[in-house]
Amino acid sequence: MSSSEAHQEHEHPWYLAHHFDNIKVQNYAVRMGMWLFLGTEVLLFAGLFLGYTVYRYFYPQAFEECSQLLSVGMGAFNTVVLIGSSFLVVWAYHSIKHDQVKKCAWLLFLTIVCAGIFLVVKYFEYMHKIHEGQLPGKMYTFEGVTAPGANMYFSIYFLMTGLHALHVIIGATILAVLMVRVMKGKYGSHHNVPIELGGLYWHLVDLVWIFLFPLLYLI
Amino acid sequence: MAQLSVVNESEGYLKVNYMNADRGIMSWVLTLDHKRIALMYFVLTMVSFFIGGMLAEAIRIEHLTPGETIMGANTYNRMFTLHGVVMIFMFMIPAVPGIFGNFCLPLMLGAKDVAFPRLNLLSVYVYAVGAGLLVYAMASGGVDAGWTFYAPYSLSTPATIFPALLGVFIIGFSSILTGLNFIVTVHTLRAPGMTWMRMPLFVWATYATSIIQVLATPVIGITAMLVGIEHVFGFGFFDPTRGGDPVLFQHMFWFYSHPAVYIMVLPSMGVISEAVAAVSRKNIFGYKMIAYSSLGITFVGFFAWGHHMFLSGQSALDSGAFAIISMLVGVFTAIKVFNWVGTMYRGSIAVNALLFYVCGFLFFVVFGGMTGIAVATVSLDVHWHDTYFVVAHFHFIMVGAVLMGVLAAIHMWFPKMFGRMYHEGWAMVAAALIVLGFNATFIPQFLLGNAGMPRRYFLYDEKYWMLNVASTAGSTLLFIGFVIVAIYLIYALKHGPIAGSNPWGLTGLEWQTTSPPPKHNFIGQPTVEEDPYTYQKKGEKVEHVVI
Repeated sequence: MSSSEAHQEHEHPWYLAHHFDNIKVQNYAVRMGMWLFLGTEVLLFAGLFLGYTVYRYFYPQAFEECSQLLSVGMGAFNTVVLIGSSFLVVWAYHSIKHDQVKKCAWLLFLTIVCAGIFLVVKYFEYMHKIHEGQLPGKMYTFEGVTAPGANMYFSIYFLMTGLHALHVIIGATILAVLMVRVMKGKYGSHHNVPIELGGLYWHLVDLVWIFLFPLLYLI
Repeated sequence: MAQLSVVNESEGYLKVNYMNADRGIMSWVLTLDHKRIALMYFVLTMVSFFIGGMLAEAIRIEHLTPGETIMGANTYNRMFTLHGVVMIFMFMIPAVPGIFGNFCLPLMLGAKDVAFPRLNLLSVYVYAVGAGLLVYAMASGGVDAGWTFYAPYSLSTPATIFPALLGVFIIGFSSILTGLNFIVTVHTLRAPGMTWMRMPLFVWATYATSIIQVLATPVIGITAMLVGIEHVFGFGFFDPTRGGDPVLFQHMFWFYSHPAVYIMVLPSMGVISEAVAAVSRKNIFGYKMIAYSSLGITFVGFFAWGHHMFLSGQSALDSGAFAIISMLVGVFTAIKVFNWVGTMYRGSIAVNALLFYVCGFLFFVVFGGMTGIAVATVSLDVHWHDTYFVVAHFHFIMVGAVLMGVLAAIHMWFPKMFGRMYHEGWAMVAAALIVLGFNATFIPQFLLGNAGMPRRYFLYDEKYWMLNVASTAGSTLLFIGFVIVAIYLIYALKHGPIAGSNPWGLTGLEWQTTSPPPKHNFIGQPTVEEDPYTYQKKGEKVEHVVI
């Protein structure tokens, strides 16, 4: 009796849902679900990238002049911060696979700090823009660029970076939840897929920025 | 054959089933059981259908006379907008996947549940929040921009449009969660022996639908949010006075909303594939063709959106390309129709309500499809664009075909869901009324459109009067038909005769478990040893049963 119960325990650990036969199938399923979800995220951003493409084609001069008004230094700094954070999250995943729980929690913490730094820098950039009257729509009062379509550049700038910043906040929240669960000892070499999935989401946030930076700041 | 086993009471009714295995309100509110979630969707979408139907009836009554009949012009604009929004986003998109996808897909695959039960529950609540916002938008003055929300009018209308757009955005998430869940379920939770080529055709259709839900819905999400943001803050993204491009809106809108037609109709096609085999008692003809043509419709459906914009300044080359791609949808649909008819040919056809719905579906999908080919032809579309012809065409597909699928699904799986049978006689009466009423409603609209009556106009010329009266009369028949369905189904919930586990004598896995199914679907792990729809072994003849 007790041996069969132990067998049951072995077959169905707490992280294996009742409708999956074994952990392999479940891991396959959740990975697939995450990749599909990332696909939907890409398509969400795709609407805005399409808008960028169309209006850059319509108003090339305004887009070029406006992009020079952005601070390349701040943008580049943020790019480095985000790429660095992606590295940290992979390191965290690597350490939890080797049961280094404390190290994993610290690395996740550092990733969240990077997200915070990114948002602080973004805040100063936004404040500067608002001060200049570059907020789009009814609040737009900026007259520094006279070429037609300058307001459209700033509409797109705020929409794209705003949606991205929202994703940074969501991503950091997910990582924070994971960090707490790591500290509670829920993950280790036996079970680490949630860290992998959280990391994947964080990579997406990073990847979107890698496209946004050159499109908005450099060209 | 079918009716013979209906009266066979010895097969029984599972007393402790998924509906009463756990008790108390919280066991429903927090349920992770796909079957209970399906019932929640059932109630919610049927309430939506009722609201949308009443709005439609109000529009038809308004059109009884050429002038003002029961409402003012503003109210009329709100009525047709809300009718469209409610029927599409609150009823047709979630209905078949939400109810029958959830209920049947895991059963058909021999699984204990969908891959992500918690996301499944979340999808119901996300749907409820989005639907609540839409209802709030209606109550607080209504939306008058049409369900298409075309810019620039949608950017400047004084109506409370933001909550409606937010509602569309949120319901979209529910749709994504459902689609994602089904794709992963099909990939990971098939029973031993259930290979891809042994999956029921309803599963194939649902799988194809899910791909569209996952890939297209995010785009309508961002588009709806952009319109909402513009309406509040005036960002100018689609506003020509601020340098924006309203045609860009149309592209982004139809990139979702054209494939969305297939989100609505593909599940119904899946239902009909099941129902055709059920009423013919014969192996399905052309299984692979029906399965693959679902994926074909999914694929070409993504590249057909431009046929909504022949008159929006699109180049002739683009229009031509979109026209040809649109016609390919007709090819895949024709493949299905051919195989369905091939299945019925020399089968042992049961005469019941299910057969009525199958035949109704075949007629509507062929007629609606043919007129679809016609409006996809650029030169003809110039004549019919924005007339009642287009209205009649898409109602043939979206009401005719989709509703036939929904009704066929309800009638086929009702005994499985609730363990009881409805009154077949009344069901046939109602089915006949619905099919006739539908034709009487929309065939006059083809004629009206061809004669030049524009859609969405409050007033119309007196020469269109007679046909409008005919259309309204038809809609009344349709309404009576639905009332009868509601009455005998609700009656059958408690008082219907016991159905038994397999009242239609079908081969699918969902019929191998009890009616209603137990909480965990099957007792033991089911396995699959033969192809689906094996009613006759190779070389065996169809046994004709006289009822």
